[in-house]
Amino acid sequence: MIEVRNLTKRYGELVAIRDISFTAATGQVLGFLGPNGAGKTTTMRIITGFMPATSGTVKVAGYDIFDDSYEVRKRIGYLPENPPLYGDMTVESYLRFVGRIRGVSKAELGDAVDRVLHTCGLTGVIDRGIGHLSKGYRQRVGLAQALIHNPSVLVLDEPTIGLDPRQIIDIRTLIKHLAGERTVILSTHILPEVSQLCEKVVIINEGRIAVEDTLSNLTQGMSLEQVFLRYITKDIPEARGAAEEAVA
Amino acid sequence: MRNALTIAGKELRSYFVSPIAYVVLTGFLLLGGWFFFNLLSRFQFLLGIYSAMRNNPEAQLRLNLNDFVIAPLLHNLSVVLVILVPVITMRSFAEEKRSGTYELLMTSPLSITEVVAGKFLGAFVFLLIMIGLTGVYPLILLLFGNPELGVIAAGYVGLLLIATAFVSVGLLTSSFTENQIIAAVSCLVLLLLLYVISWPAETAGPLLGGVLKYLSLTEHFGEMVKGVIDTKDLVYFFSVILLALFLTQRSVESVRWR
Repeated sequence: MIEVRNLTKRYGELVAIRDISFTAATGQVLGFLGPNGAGKTTTMRIITGFMPATSGTVKVAGYDIFDDSYEVRKRIGYLPENPPLYGDMTVESYLRFVGRIRGVSKAELGDAVDRVLHTCGLTGVIDRGIGHLSKGYRQRVGLAQALIHNPSVLVLDEPTIGLDPRQIIDIRTLIKHLAGERTVILSTHILPEVSQLCEKVVIINEGRIAVEDTLSNLTQGMSLEQVFLRYITKDIPEARGAAEEAVA
Repeated sequence: MRNALTIAGKELRSYFVSPIAYVVLTGFLLLGGWFFFNLLSRFQFLLGIYSAMRNNPEAQLRLNLNDFVIAPLLHNLSVVLVILVPVITMRSFAEEKRSGTYELLMTSPLSITEVVAGKFLGAFVFLLIMIGLTGVYPLILLLFGNPELGVIAAGYVGLLLIATAFVSVGLLTSSFTENQIIAAVSCLVLLLLLYVISWPAETAGPLLGGVLKYLSLTEHFGEMVKGVIDTKDLVYFFSVILLALFLTQRSVESVRWR
């Protein structure tokens, strides 16, 4: 469903990601892990067509992100790290706007808005200005926005960041429900989230893929924390030992 | 096209939910009213003097509402627009970039041309409302006097064209930055420059002088205010508008190659 091949992105001298490859099958929830600045957001921005890669290809649902950008963008729902919200709009008018630019037909728009209002638990704040919503609600509106056109691929960049424990549980439950026939790429720092939601894990460090495997293969007899630390401190054996001790 | 209209609708609504639209409209109409009142008072005063000199029919003929009220009013309004249009357009791209909604627009199945066209249409309709509301001044003159309607119409078309050119330049500078102040100030400077570029035309020699005169927004606008709709002025305005919009489209698209 999502096929990333040899992706490299340079910002001038700085190489944000180099030679990244991984795949996510249809219906799979892929956990995309890595320390801050590892290149997660860059990778997601390339997959969603926000910016081009320096080299390499991405295929989403068989369409190339560079050649058939339009087809790819129709099929992707994207929640960036900062939800892309217009503070001066109400929740409903915002979702209607996003629905229309995402290509939902006029006839289906009303139903689509109702559907995401329900799935994201927003029915109580339909007429509220987005600028006045709490962080948790804003995050939910962000998620609703990513779902409005019923995309087959969802790209979520740290969807639970800054939420309270109750809201985190809500959003996780929601993502679990959403999976099913959709392919989901979930970027996060929160490792228990990955253990709960993802079948497959990709760990990225300093712009390179450290490991790509199923969750069960990776965590044989180890916690995901141990696995994570092992892969991101691979180059420095002492640090790795210390890190593993710290976790143990 | 449908997408462009959707974006235009969103733009227009966001003007009116923020205080900017009301501040700009109020300021514009307040100044417009002040100009109109003073120009009319002066006209009244001159009329008094001229009618005392009954032996000079030529002077009386030259004293008319078009030349003494409408033309200076339109010129003054165009100067106010030089300052207000950058305030209207400064948000268009800069705000989207700052707040992160740019990512939404750029990852939606929209073409960049649709985004730029939508932003342009939204600002244009707002401008239409702004300029339309000043129509009340010539309307008063038409009710109580006898100005030439054709000349007024040509002048208003000119005002709309020059303001549309301002909007296009404003969109361009807004597309360069995520800082609204920088967008507004650079637009203001560019517009003022285009406004005064013909100042050295008299002394710059025939060739350069001609070029400078041609580049000046005011020269072309001035012709239309006089009631002359010439293709060369229309071509000039449409070139400025299309060039600025084309460059905006390129500038927005350049994010995709960087």
